[in-house]
Amino acid sequence: MARSISRRRQVVVTLLAWAIGLAIFFPILWTILTSFKTEAEAIASPPSLFMFDWTLENYGEVQERSNYFRHFSNSVIISLGSTLLGLLIAIPAAWSMAFVPAKRTKDILMWMLSTKMLPPVGVLIPIYLLFRDTGLLDTRTGLVIVLTLVNLPIIIWMLFTYFREIPGEILEASRMDGAQLWDEIIYVLTPMAIPGIASTLLLNVILAWNEAFWTLNLTAAKAAPLTAFIASYSSPEGLFYAKLSAASTMAIAPILILGWFSQKQLVRGLTFGAVK
Amino acid sequence: MGSITLKQVTKSFGTTEVIPPLNLEISDGEFVVFVGPSGCGKSTLLRLIAGLEDVTSGMIEINGVDATQTPPAKRGLAMVFQSYALYPHMSVRKNIAFPLKMAKLAPQDRDAKVEAAAAVLNLTDYLDRRPGQLSGGQRQRVAIGRAIVREPDAFLFDEPLSNLDAALRVNMRLEISELHQTLKTTMIYVTHDQVEAMTMADKIVVLQAGHIEQVGSPLELYHKPANQFVAGFIGSPKMNFVTGAHAQQMGAETIGFRPEHIAISQSGGTFNGIVGVSEHLGSDTFLRVNVEGMDSITVRADGEVALRHGDSVSLTPAPDKIYRFDKSGNAI
Repeated sequence: MARSISRRRQVVVTLLAWAIGLAIFFPILWTILTSFKTEAEAIASPPSLFMFDWTLENYGEVQERSNYFRHFSNSVIISLGSTLLGLLIAIPAAWSMAFVPAKRTKDILMWMLSTKMLPPVGVLIPIYLLFRDTGLLDTRTGLVIVLTLVNLPIIIWMLFTYFREIPGEILEASRMDGAQLWDEIIYVLTPMAIPGIASTLLLNVILAWNEAFWTLNLTAAKAAPLTAFIASYSSPEGLFYAKLSAASTMAIAPILILGWFSQKQLVRGLTFGAVK
Repeated sequence: MGSITLKQVTKSFGTTEVIPPLNLEISDGEFVVFVGPSGCGKSTLLRLIAGLEDVTSGMIEINGVDATQTPPAKRGLAMVFQSYALYPHMSVRKNIAFPLKMAKLAPQDRDAKVEAAAAVLNLTDYLDRRPGQLSGGQRQRVAIGRAIVREPDAFLFDEPLSNLDAALRVNMRLEISELHQTLKTTMIYVTHDQVEAMTMADKIVVLQAGHIEQVGSPLELYHKPANQFVAGFIGSPKMNFVTGAHAQQMGAETIGFRPEHIAISQSGGTFNGIVGVSEHLGSDTFLRVNVEGMDSITVRADGEVALRHGDSVSLTPAPDKIYRFDKSGNAI
């Protein structure tokens, strides 16, 4: 028997859900609105929500003062590069942990996760010095490497969870059918894991795209992605709210659009392991 | 060619020995059934032969060649799994063609073989469907198709019918038997169902706790069980066992007689009792008779017998069909 819900209760719950949703979305909405205001209106008190002179001048000025497309291409290369490199390492790792577990597999997984518990600033100085000495500072290669390492535990955990759902008998069947290790991975495991791999890829592109700590600390100009582009408009005096908002909007727009089109995969990715 | 020999094979998981040293010979073209209660090691034994598990010690020879260290892909064996283990992302055609693709066969040769296998298994109309769109019986046939296309030296079946309903199971049993008649390839079949074992096998291997209790043809096992375990496992309904005075009179610890070898009379028999349950199947009648001072005795009578719950009966086992067992359960 389905649980019956009274009409009034339905209305109240719906309104509450919308209110919470709007409250969460409000800062983003405010940023987008502010990006269309003049600097004076942006700091006006009381602020106006919609009744202001809409202008595009912030966008023009931001593009004039700094090269959006260079930052954008850096972001694309760094987030895609680190995710793909991460997958390349994580697929065989997760495969072996899911299908040929050893006595310490659980411990290794926990150890990987534990690296995410350390605040990144704790290793900033050694990594900065390593990058300086190896000439990786302010290079896209350097950022790809560091973001791969930062997100690798999450990629492996996600893939491990997906692989665990694949019945081992199917892989054994492929072995009986004459598949060598790589045939097994290419023709059987990967196609069955494609949905899992896709949501892992998407989620990690987003994580890498938004990653600010390492991208800000290890770049200056050449390799700076969109996070650095936004940061360059935040001044301690708070004088450039409108331009900062325009820069932020431009930086988050691509990933918002990507997220919109891949909602289904993402939801699966975010709730991974929750239900079989 | 498809002869398989196991020499002193053992298997342990950690410190638990699931298969103590075991020797077995399977000759080319034989239909061998491994049967035993669940947990007796029959599936493990099959997986050792397949190469999906490594033996702890001992040797496995396939066609006279040591294959103990050979990976499953190179043993020339095909396996049908209980769960079918089809590739869910491939069409039926691609599923059946997969072993041929792995064997690097040219695409046009692959197609011909797949079509031929599909024709044998009545799958021609389903070649472009995914496994998810097929019924249990059809999936089972795809799994068999995938096994037969590569013409293996031997087929391994791991409880292939246990996910099917009763009627389909009987059909598939016949189909597999027919397949064996046609292909004449060695088949090793694992089941816990003694009816499947009796109806399909040339040779039955009865296993318990990892060791072989008896090897023989179905009728050998039925007529000459080596011990009490085999006597009780083979035959349906189960053999009746009696201990105590009746057994000692015959110089045994336990005596056994099958339900179908008991004469029913009004009085004057060896055992007198009262009918507990009577099951009327039309062709047979099964009676469960409660005898004072011992376990109930099951009787199988031909045709319809007009006995009901509470009726008194007298039972006499046929004297030449009584099996005698010693203290450790071995046949005397």
